[in-house]
Amino acid sequence: MRAALELARADLKVAVLSKVFPTRSHTVAAQGGIAAPLANSTEDNWHWHMYDTVKGSDYLGDQDAIEYMCRRANEVVVELEHMGMPFDRLENGKIYQRPFGGHTQNYGSAKMAMRSCAAADRTGHAMLHTLYQQNVRMNTQFFVEWMALDIIRDPQDGAVVGVTALEMETGEVCILQAKATLFATGGSGRIYYASTNAFINTGDGIGMAARAGFPLEDMEFWQFHPTGVYGAGVLITEGVRGEGGFLVNKDGERFMERYAPNQKDLASRDVVSRAMTTEIKEGRGCGPHADHLLLKLSHLKPEDIMHRLPGIREIAIKFANADPIRDPIPVVPTVHYQMGGIPTKYTGHVVVPEGNNMDSIVPGFYAVGECSCVSVHGANRLGTNSLLDLVVFGKAAGEQVIKDIKSLPSPHRALPKDAGELTRARLARLDANGAGERVVDVLTDLRRAMQAHCGVFRFPEDLVAGVAKIKEIAERAGRTFIQDKSKVFNTARVEALELDNLVETAMATIVSAEARKESRGAQARADFPERDDKNWMKHTLWYKEGNRLAYKPVHLKPMTVESFEPKVRTY
Amino acid sequence: MKISIYRYDPDKDEKPYMKDYDVKLEHSDNMLLDALVRVKDMDDSFAFRRSCREGVCGSDAMNINGKNGLACVTKIADLPEHVTLRPLPGLPVIRDLIVDMTQFFKQYHSIKPYVVNHEAPPERERLQSPQDREELNGLYECILCACCSTACPSFWWNPDKFVGPAGLLQAYRFIADTRDQETAQRLDNLEDPYRLFRCHTIMNCVDVCPKSLNPTKAIGKIKELMVRRTV
Repeated sequence: MRAALELARADLKVAVLSKVFPTRSHTVAAQGGIAAPLANSTEDNWHWHMYDTVKGSDYLGDQDAIEYMCRRANEVVVELEHMGMPFDRLENGKIYQRPFGGHTQNYGSAKMAMRSCAAADRTGHAMLHTLYQQNVRMNTQFFVEWMALDIIRDPQDGAVVGVTALEMETGEVCILQAKATLFATGGSGRIYYASTNAFINTGDGIGMAARAGFPLEDMEFWQFHPTGVYGAGVLITEGVRGEGGFLVNKDGERFMERYAPNQKDLASRDVVSRAMTTEIKEGRGCGPHADHLLLKLSHLKPEDIMHRLPGIREIAIKFANADPIRDPIPVVPTVHYQMGGIPTKYTGHVVVPEGNNMDSIVPGFYAVGECSCVSVHGANRLGTNSLLDLVVFGKAAGEQVIKDIKSLPSPHRALPKDAGELTRARLARLDANGAGERVVDVLTDLRRAMQAHCGVFRFPEDLVAGVAKIKEIAERAGRTFIQDKSKVFNTARVEALELDNLVETAMATIVSAEARKESRGAQARADFPERDDKNWMKHTLWYKEGNRLAYKPVHLKPMTVESFEPKVRTY
Repeated sequence: MKISIYRYDPDKDEKPYMKDYDVKLEHSDNMLLDALVRVKDMDDSFAFRRSCREGVCGSDAMNINGKNGLACVTKIADLPEHVTLRPLPGLPVIRDLIVDMTQFFKQYHSIKPYVVNHEAPPERERLQSPQDREELNGLYECILCACCSTACPSFWWNPDKFVGPAGLLQAYRFIADTRDQETAQRLDNLEDPYRLFRCHTIMNCVDVCPKSLNPTKAIGKIKELMVRRTV
């Protein structure tokens, strides 16, 4: 939406396709804040933010992209404020900022930086609505409840020339031809059984890219958020811990002090999730099954909870029967964010290896946000860096598209003869099949398999078995059928098409995870517990064709400053 | 659990009908949305919208036993054994529980839902005191689910002319924002026998809002500003 705004302001003809009404996209659920070193409450600068992000990524993030993001953070956040985003305020009228996990002062000191710019605990809602409102102002054309299905490429040079898409209300399938196609299709957290993600997070862009022959980068890295509501999976923001909340085990012990003596509960998410899983495994979990932990905030002032964390209170009361003013919230690490995605560079261009060039630009194709891997999050994302990622690279990609389109000849490229053929075949199969596998059964098995085989800690035999299981599930997904053959708003058809995308995501994840013989960020292997920079400081690239892997080097050189050399990562 | 659901597929049904489902719940099913997912598992032709399943995206608004609400934050335990679900009233039905919300969004767009400030933006953020920011609470949190507007008899009667509670709540959100400089134009835009003044403080909107917002109060404030500028 940030990119669309840039294009609309440049008077380009822009069509935004969305399978849900734009304010229903999953950005709406982001809670705690957006990172920017505005230094409104504590001393701060982009160098420190950059260091934290590189360290948070466990040195897998590309340092040029990270520098780019951190340098533009203040600019894009201030712009959001100018657009009308309702940030909370300090007494002096500036934007309110709170501490967040892994964000420190002075290159990793024990002092936390207050860097998370927040609108209560509804920052994503405030941001998404503001961006939508600005697009309304600029008359951006939205195609609401249109689901993109497949990418159309020019066989000559592999350029992307458009997509096929389904208008859900009528069942009509169309080809949308474009000089620039930009994906902001979000994550795929629904490949896991327990997920903070919305129903719509089915990796549609990921699946489309895989089917069109593009590689997927670093798909083994999935962030488990430490605090999903036990049983329901709904997210409880890290902002709770930023405001002073902390985790306790069944003995009432504040166990994070043992795992991260400096940052404690505000260590990086991968660190906290592993600590929680270890507590549970070693029998110190809470409840009759000793299978969760408690997030305590009853020591905070009730008015602070109601003022700064009203949405959390609402969620805890509704989904956990706990009013955090009195009761602790039962929580468990829950899948939350996909660090990997379609390989891009900081201009939003999708890049693929070609000959000796590891980052060859694909003409006409851009990706930003969770579906992309730019890679600023590397092996583990810091909280509040995802909203920042969306806005910085959304804007950057918009600027780049404007530049690129100006240099293109006026008429569109001709469509290839078989444009739309893949989509037609996929739909024809669903229309024709009267029997086979039920979509819901295949989906449930896929999500259970990923949960069991590719979790917080990963075991070699589980991973190997997981690859076999996902292969079998992928085959079954090729035999799905739906009973509903209606043209009108056929959600059974939509769910069947989404399953194809989830299968690609799951396959990329499990195959990449099985192959990476080290522990780094969100990938924690029992058999290789250490980070191995000598052999594994490289990005994974998974290709659907042949289910094969390739690797490419990490960009260790930033744009203008010195590199941050890999160090042992402690918090 | 027994659920009767309004069903209509224009592709094959001559007219709408109610269909009954006997839903076997699992221990982990707490919300009405969980039960609807079970129905969908039994009968894939049942169509409804859903996404975030935590009450922030506004997709799964529907009429639950006669009252509008979000399925994802409606506890099964709070419902009677037999539940009747219909689409949001007053909007054209596309299929089953899916309504055409074009008119609703048209009204939202008509209030110019964006901050307008004619001064060149400063280098840093515009300043706003915590007290001024406080004015936006209870307004900006709207999720555009349409529970309120489709519970409003005035909106049922004149959906093309009356902005409706959701749109008016947002109209006041921008009037109340100290950064916005178009209060006069915003009031002009509502000065009309229908757009604002069709609100007869029936307060169905307040009764159904899943975010506990109060459009009637916001409408009252706009009316007050209107009166004040004429005296």
